[in-house]
Amino acid sequence: MGVPSALDVPIPTYPVPRSPTPSPRPVIETESLSPPTDVITTRAQAIESTHPFIPPFFPQIYHKTMSALRILVPVKRVIDYAVKPRVNKAQTGVETAGVKHSMNPFDELSVEESVRIREGKKTPVEDICVISAGPTKAQDILRTAMAMGADRAIHVETKEGEDLEPLGVAKLLKAAAEQNKSNLVILGKQSIDDDAGQTGQMLAGLLGWAQATQASKVEFTGGDSVQVTREVDGGVETLKAKLPMVITTDLRLNEPRYASLPNIMKAKKKPLEKKTLADFGITGEKRLKTIKVTEPPPRQGGGKVEDVDGLVSKLKELGAL
Amino acid sequence: MLSAGARAFSALTRPRFTTASTTTLRSPAALRRLLSALAVLEQRDGKLNQGSLSAVTAAAKLGGPIHAFIAGSNVKAVAEEAAKVEGVEKIIAVENGAYDKGLPENYAPLLVENIKKGGYTHILASATAFGKNLMPRVSALLDSQQISDITAIESENTFVRPIYAGNAIATVESTDAIKIITVRGTAFAPAAVGSGSATVEDGVDPKAESTTEWVSEDLAKSDRPDLSTAEKVVSGGRGLKSKEEFDKIMLPLADSLGAAVGASRAAVDSGYADNSLQVGQTGKVVAPQLYLAVGISGAIQHLAGMKDSKVIAAINKDPEAPIFQVADVGLVGDLFEKVPELTKKLKSA
Repeated sequence: MGVPSALDVPIPTYPVPRSPTPSPRPVIETESLSPPTDVITTRAQAIESTHPFIPPFFPQIYHKTMSALRILVPVKRVIDYAVKPRVNKAQTGVETAGVKHSMNPFDELSVEESVRIREGKKTPVEDICVISAGPTKAQDILRTAMAMGADRAIHVETKEGEDLEPLGVAKLLKAAAEQNKSNLVILGKQSIDDDAGQTGQMLAGLLGWAQATQASKVEFTGGDSVQVTREVDGGVETLKAKLPMVITTDLRLNEPRYASLPNIMKAKKKPLEKKTLADFGITGEKRLKTIKVTEPPPRQGGGKVEDVDGLVSKLKELGAL
Repeated sequence: MLSAGARAFSALTRPRFTTASTTTLRSPAALRRLLSALAVLEQRDGKLNQGSLSAVTAAAKLGGPIHAFIAGSNVKAVAEEAAKVEGVEKIIAVENGAYDKGLPENYAPLLVENIKKGGYTHILASATAFGKNLMPRVSALLDSQQISDITAIESENTFVRPIYAGNAIATVESTDAIKIITVRGTAFAPAAVGSGSATVEDGVDPKAESTTEWVSEDLAKSDRPDLSTAEKVVSGGRGLKSKEEFDKIMLPLADSLGAAVGASRAAVDSGYADNSLQVGQTGKVVAPQLYLAVGISGAIQHLAGMKDSKVIAAINKDPEAPIFQVADVGLVGDLFEKVPELTKKLKSA
């Protein structure tokens, strides 16, 4: 049974050292920033608090003192959505060399939403931290996110071909959320490369936090309460939860802004922390082995007809009417 | 007549099954006995969600015994209906209104407890909003890497799934002891509710508290067939120009065919159609008998949601639109002229 591996994540220690470079935004000193007094002292306590079926110690501490949001926004560098991916000759994957990459579109929505929460001024936002695991080039999209308004970035460098599976990413993010004392994680509902749609839910499960997936509206309703409208089959449903929580974004949530040139210049000065998987107690181990990747069977266009009568008779001929 | 899903499934998998049959699917009976599958079913207001029965169809491909799981208030009636589903041996039912809305915060621990108790090796659910929301959380609690939206099963640990908006098809082998799987409905037709006679058994209920509270829902009501399972789908895009035109042009066309209405992302983003009608990589995936694309250029994200349709027809004024590369029959022309004409001819036919 796999459950114990939730314990592989190292026990967080307090106070967590902050990034050496100070955040460019004024840090609002609040109670929630001071290290909690009821620090875990024994291994047994730590195990209990990280056990997936028992809510971790975090929420309880935060519920007492919550006053500002510390948002963690995971972003992923993917092949640009407008590019038609090609399977490589060896059938081991998709050709990525020399192909345009950009931020996963759903992650742009996450960054945008975080920045809008700050601009909405209803709930004080203390920190918006973007994080990405990937090769050095992932730093480009972290800079983009900072140009959109994120305060700082963490880049977890992985080697070429050492890409993580959603479960690995979720474990990394759990450690990152704890180290950065995040109380809200906003992720895209899926990345457009592996189309898995898992990371947010897995993270919420590992942390024992509330989750609201496929969000089309996020509202702070006072205190730690968040009301989220989510896209479901056939319509929408509305949920209410208390921080800390995990939200995943759907297309209708917002329209991401373009980074302006001055903001792109400013983003170059914002702090970007470089980390490794080991810093989060993660290995690149994979549970799924890719046997092969192939092109889908091609579809042949059947040609055109002159008019509506032609359309109707062709459809009848094809047995579609 | 075969449903659209069944056809899509057989077309997709038949060749693969012939090759796979020589390998793991023919494992010794002793090994086979270790395999047991749990299909997670959905219910709403005491009615079984037929779409969730795709999980049973997929489970049947694995070859071991199949149990089905259902939870909610007044679950007995649903359990009895589920007991008639062909191929299911046992229904695990949990009676508790706390699970009615399928909130993953308490549903995931519930499922995990029942998985552990039953010692299942494969947990399957349809890739519906419910399945997509719940299963990854279950997966994390069991420390298993989920396999999302599979379109074929090659063996008990090897699965086929589309990636990159369906532009590539990946075959993956899972090394996890418990395999958590979501199933693409268009690739596995829902199992028939018929002559099955499963036993119904109470499941364990850990009664975990949900950290989220369900507030309300707003579901679109429509007399038209359900988009994901419809035999015919007519879909409108940006070419419709406004919500008024969308309703005026597309709805009569749909009704003349008895079709469900879909939309491209462009149409949804522009507010012409409801988001729940979106067909594509991040919306619904459909594979009907007939897919008629109106004013849709055919971006790869849209094609990802409909290219397994049996017959694709397109009406577009741009002869170079990529949709014509996949359409079995295309008509170049102004949709505001051609579609009403088509609707009229279909009605009089």
